[in-house]
Amino acid sequence: MPIKTFLMKMYFSNIIIGLLFSFSSFSLLANEESVTHDSTQAHANVPATKEAESTKFDPGKLILHHIADEHEWHFFTVGHFHATLPLPCIVYTQSAGLQVFSSSNFKNEHHEEVPYNGFVLEHGKIHAENGEKVYDISITKNVASLLISAVLLLTIFIGIGKKYQDNPHRAPKGLQSMFEPIIIFVRDEIAKNNIGEKHYRRFMPYLLTIFFFIWFNNMLGLIPGGANVTGNIAVTLVLAIIAFIVTNFNGRSTYWTHIFAMPGVPKWMLIILTPVEIVGVFMKPFSLMVRLFANITAGHIILLSLVSLIFIFENAALGLAVVPFSLFMNVIELIVAFIQAFIFTMLVSNYIGSAVEEHHH
Amino acid sequence: MELITPDFGLIFWQLLVFGILFFLLAKFAWKPIIQSLAEREQSIDEAIKLSETTRAEMAELKAGNEQLIASARAERDVLIKQAKEASDAMIAQAKLDAQTAANQEIEKARVSFEQEKASAVAAIRKEAATLSLDLAEKVLKSQLKDKAAQEKLVTEWMADVKLS
Repeated sequence: MPIKTFLMKMYFSNIIIGLLFSFSSFSLLANEESVTHDSTQAHANVPATKEAESTKFDPGKLILHHIADEHEWHFFTVGHFHATLPLPCIVYTQSAGLQVFSSSNFKNEHHEEVPYNGFVLEHGKIHAENGEKVYDISITKNVASLLISAVLLLTIFIGIGKKYQDNPHRAPKGLQSMFEPIIIFVRDEIAKNNIGEKHYRRFMPYLLTIFFFIWFNNMLGLIPGGANVTGNIAVTLVLAIIAFIVTNFNGRSTYWTHIFAMPGVPKWMLIILTPVEIVGVFMKPFSLMVRLFANITAGHIILLSLVSLIFIFENAALGLAVVPFSLFMNVIELIVAFIQAFIFTMLVSNYIGSAVEEHHH
Repeated sequence: MELITPDFGLIFWQLLVFGILFFLLAKFAWKPIIQSLAEREQSIDEAIKLSETTRAEMAELKAGNEQLIASARAERDVLIKQAKEASDAMIAQAKLDAQTAANQEIEKARVSFEQEKASAVAAIRKEAATLSLDLAEKVLKSQLKDKAAQEKLVTEWMADVKLS
């Protein structure tokens, strides 16, 4: 199983490098696979039962492992060499207080999970051995990726902002000219169209932040070895909650009238309509949360499934069909990365637009 | 199930990171970007408007110039025409004056000539009378003996005198 993970990673990098290199690497992969069999067989002699179980390729487990969060950043595994970046664990319990330690403490020299300092890592979750409730705010893979994206966003956009400040009336240059059309697109096509000329300006910072946050994280997730940040329900949940707060805190009388007393309908209809509208208020951010999570996660699952096909059928020649198709899917995912950022931002501005809309019947 | 169970740690970090990100980007990136984009658009808009008004002004000015030139030309034509008329009138007047003056001179000359002529005729007549008297005296003196001849002579002269 670990070698297969490595091979999968190899495939991912091949997809990125391109078709040209992928053809030459088939033979290489085939060779490595035979090596794998040898090594696993040799290894299987020692802890016979467990290893025999794990040599059976389980694509479902592999895929779920890839799209889930973890306490260390795992890149690839070759034989007994695990290329992982240990990440800091930050846990709080009532009795032990706040504790910070490296996630590598949970692994012994044989790469087996061991308890550390009264904590145990089970299925990617930290539990206290005494059964106490653990508040785990560790820098997991997703958090680390989140921080990287934040640093990237800050560097790029504060740099661009500075350029605008220094010479505001000049034509854009470099990165500035790359992002300016997108910023203008968000402003004119998303904010102005949905919120209206009068109110759009004060929502621009929020809309630009969510747009670029989602887009950048989507793209970072597509890098081989990258984390699945925007395909994590916690991340989309927070984005949806913020959207919910922004929308409803800006709701004007027209917005609330449309929810609690829809004008122009018979009074008795309100008995049905009002509950529907109230559900709608919560359904909107809920759909935002699920849409982004499902789209991004689905994209990752498709790519991983395609590559898994090779290992399910244990046939490197299948790569001839799978690699071009995964490449195609990867390009589609790049487009999806943008589209999902666009859709999220557009829907949020649409909800804001309906909230700040003024009475004009 | 684990996939759709939001993790407490990630919610915490996402809130924190997104909050800080929003605050910093809003203050140091979006604010100057949006502001200067709006400013740039406004300045471009103003420049276009200015060029349009300038163009309109130029056209107006050109039209004004043309009108001015046309009116100046018309005025010049009128002036030339007037001058020509005046000069024509003056020439005609001068001609007329010269004609009248000449006519007067001619008339004067004629009148004086008539007078001269009359006086000359009178003088000749007087001279002829004197001459004839002298002649008659001489004839009388020489031929008075022959009475018939005298009479005949007188008659002839008288006839001559009447004729002249």
